[in-house]
Amino acid sequence: MELYRSHVLVCGGTGCSSSGSAKLIERFEEQLQEKGLDKEVKVVRTGCFGLCEAGPVVIVYPEGTFYSRVKVEDVDEIVSEHLLKGRKVQHLVYVDHKTHESSVQKSLNEIGFYKQQHRVALRNCGVIDPENIDEYIAFDGYQALAKALTEMTPEQVIQEVLDSGLRGRGGAGFPTGKKWQFARASKAEHKYFVCNADEGDPGAFMDRSLLEGDPHAIIEAMAIGGYAIGADEGWVYVRAEYPIAVKRLQKAIDQAREYGLLGEHIFGTDFNFDIHIRLGAGAFVCGEETALMASIEGKRGEPRPKPPFPAVKGLFESPTNINNVETLGNIAQIILKGADWFKSIGTPASTGTKVFALGGKINNTGLVEIPMGTPLRTIIEDIGGGIPNGKKFKAVQTGGPSGGCIPASLLDIPVEYDTLTSVGAMMGSGGMIVMDEDNCMVDIARFFLDFTVDESCGKCTPCRVGTRRMLEILQRITEGKGEEGDIEKLQTLAENIKNSALCGLGQTAPNPVLSTIKFFRDEYEAHIREKRCPAHHCQALLSYTITDKCKGCTACARKCPVNCISGEVKKQHVIDQSKCIKCGTCMATCKFGAIIKN
Amino acid sequence: MKSLADLQAIRAKTLENINMRKDDNAARVVIGMATCGIAAGARPVMLAFMEEIKKRNLQHVTVSQTGCIGMCRYEPMLDVILPGQEKVTYIHVKPEMVPRIVSEHIVNGHPVEEYTIGAAKD
Repeated sequence: MELYRSHVLVCGGTGCSSSGSAKLIERFEEQLQEKGLDKEVKVVRTGCFGLCEAGPVVIVYPEGTFYSRVKVEDVDEIVSEHLLKGRKVQHLVYVDHKTHESSVQKSLNEIGFYKQQHRVALRNCGVIDPENIDEYIAFDGYQALAKALTEMTPEQVIQEVLDSGLRGRGGAGFPTGKKWQFARASKAEHKYFVCNADEGDPGAFMDRSLLEGDPHAIIEAMAIGGYAIGADEGWVYVRAEYPIAVKRLQKAIDQAREYGLLGEHIFGTDFNFDIHIRLGAGAFVCGEETALMASIEGKRGEPRPKPPFPAVKGLFESPTNINNVETLGNIAQIILKGADWFKSIGTPASTGTKVFALGGKINNTGLVEIPMGTPLRTIIEDIGGGIPNGKKFKAVQTGGPSGGCIPASLLDIPVEYDTLTSVGAMMGSGGMIVMDEDNCMVDIARFFLDFTVDESCGKCTPCRVGTRRMLEILQRITEGKGEEGDIEKLQTLAENIKNSALCGLGQTAPNPVLSTIKFFRDEYEAHIREKRCPAHHCQALLSYTITDKCKGCTACARKCPVNCISGEVKKQHVIDQSKCIKCGTCMATCKFGAIIKN
Repeated sequence: MKSLADLQAIRAKTLENINMRKDDNAARVVIGMATCGIAAGARPVMLAFMEEIKKRNLQHVTVSQTGCIGMCRYEPMLDVILPGQEKVTYIHVKPEMVPRIVSEHIVNGHPVEEYTIGAAKD
């Protein structure tokens, strides 16, 4: 391997790839060759840096200069100025939303977005080339597997994970060590270790980023887990909508096999382990473990009642352990650095860190990893950079369609499994959707329920029929046809569904409705009683009126698609409410701000 | 791969190439590469540093560039900054001087006084 004086790291995550990072890499390589720098400067395609908002992101080492929103046209300038002459291209350097400081003189870790983060699972994302096993090894990769296989017994490995307090990052938060213990205790000739990469929550993308940015970490953790529970075969169930993740994972598996890190007699021991990938077709219910296993077996992806739990009777009728991608992302570090180190991060009941995918009405859309116990406010305001366009924060939805909304008044609660559950939300897999004053909470509840109704597999009645009835009521409310007693009906239905649905999908589907009723009951009541949407979002409840600021320019009347605006030139116009379709064109057209919406 | 030693070998080999991406206390060689520096021959000097670092298999040295330091008549100029120490500025550096700077200063910690700006006669 050649020695390079400078490395140009270009983000190859899905976010930056879709904003053109592949073209950047091409251009960099062309330009470097043209300038004769290709033997000195290396271009590396990495995983996600997390700050997707500022993508495509390019980092130049050893200076650590952080360039954001780089366009193909900018590449020539970076090469000729920075790489050839050593002058940073100031106007491309990332500027902090909040402090307006440019990051020229600062290292990456001091930028507001990264300062409060603590990267354990994402430690290699945006640092190494995920398609190069040597780079992973250089960053302590496969050391944990070597340690586990040569120095520890399976029981010791499980004990270490148990002591670390690691809980499942897929959402429910079951202690990982316990899960491994159960699987170990099952006696069978054949056992399986499964990685659940069927990330389905709208707005969540941490598992994808981890697979794209550090696929070897997942392979190593699966091998360690396989050794701990006594499995010799691993499966990764990943959705086909993640083509980059699938490609890199397959490449990583091939490399690991070539190095003998997967296969027979790993590190000269008697331990054999290999991994296969199974592509999912994108059904949300297949994230549920029993449905996932059915899908791997080639059956219809439907859950089944538990017990028997997978640890007793799982994949192909054999004892199986299933862990989420992010959970596995922590394993190698726990084995290497020890349970005490891991416990020192986070809170006593929720140890370690959690990755969140920040989205919605927030300045720094992207991926963040914070120690457990960090107040929600820090995530939204400091790391996320607050709400764009000077709007006010209203609520944040955690846990996607299974979670709940947390209002502004609870913004100071720490992010931990039990605290989030106690306010009616949940940790979930880590989607965090921020909402501002323009979001109607009834409509948000309707949106998430619409998703679960769509994704319900239909096996059990409470979920198949119950969630649909709830959706119909919500639809009615947002259309201004809500009736007195609808809120109570929703609550009764929700409780019944939670108690009687077969799997996690149905049991948690009513959560968004329940939590929005709990914290934003006044919005529901305004919709039902006053036929009014306080956020001015629900179209059916809006009315547009023309005030006396109208100059009679006729612009709105000419633009109106249904010709419902009338009036004489230079006189105030009027909207015929019975014909108005509430499209808002008139308001957008008016130059005098004379049209208001209520 | 059959043993931990094999793994360590790959690790060591790759590490020297990517340790610039880790936040550690590396020795830094900062070369003035503005127009004046390049014209005076800074590029061959930089290449000589990279060659020397590779030859000696040094793990904690980064070579980077900077703009004009302001004393163009002393170009090619460069700074050597060891962790926790004041920077030492070398002037009129030629590729043949590089091995001595690397061995005496970067490896053994003794600046090559006669090449530094303090020894300038004019």
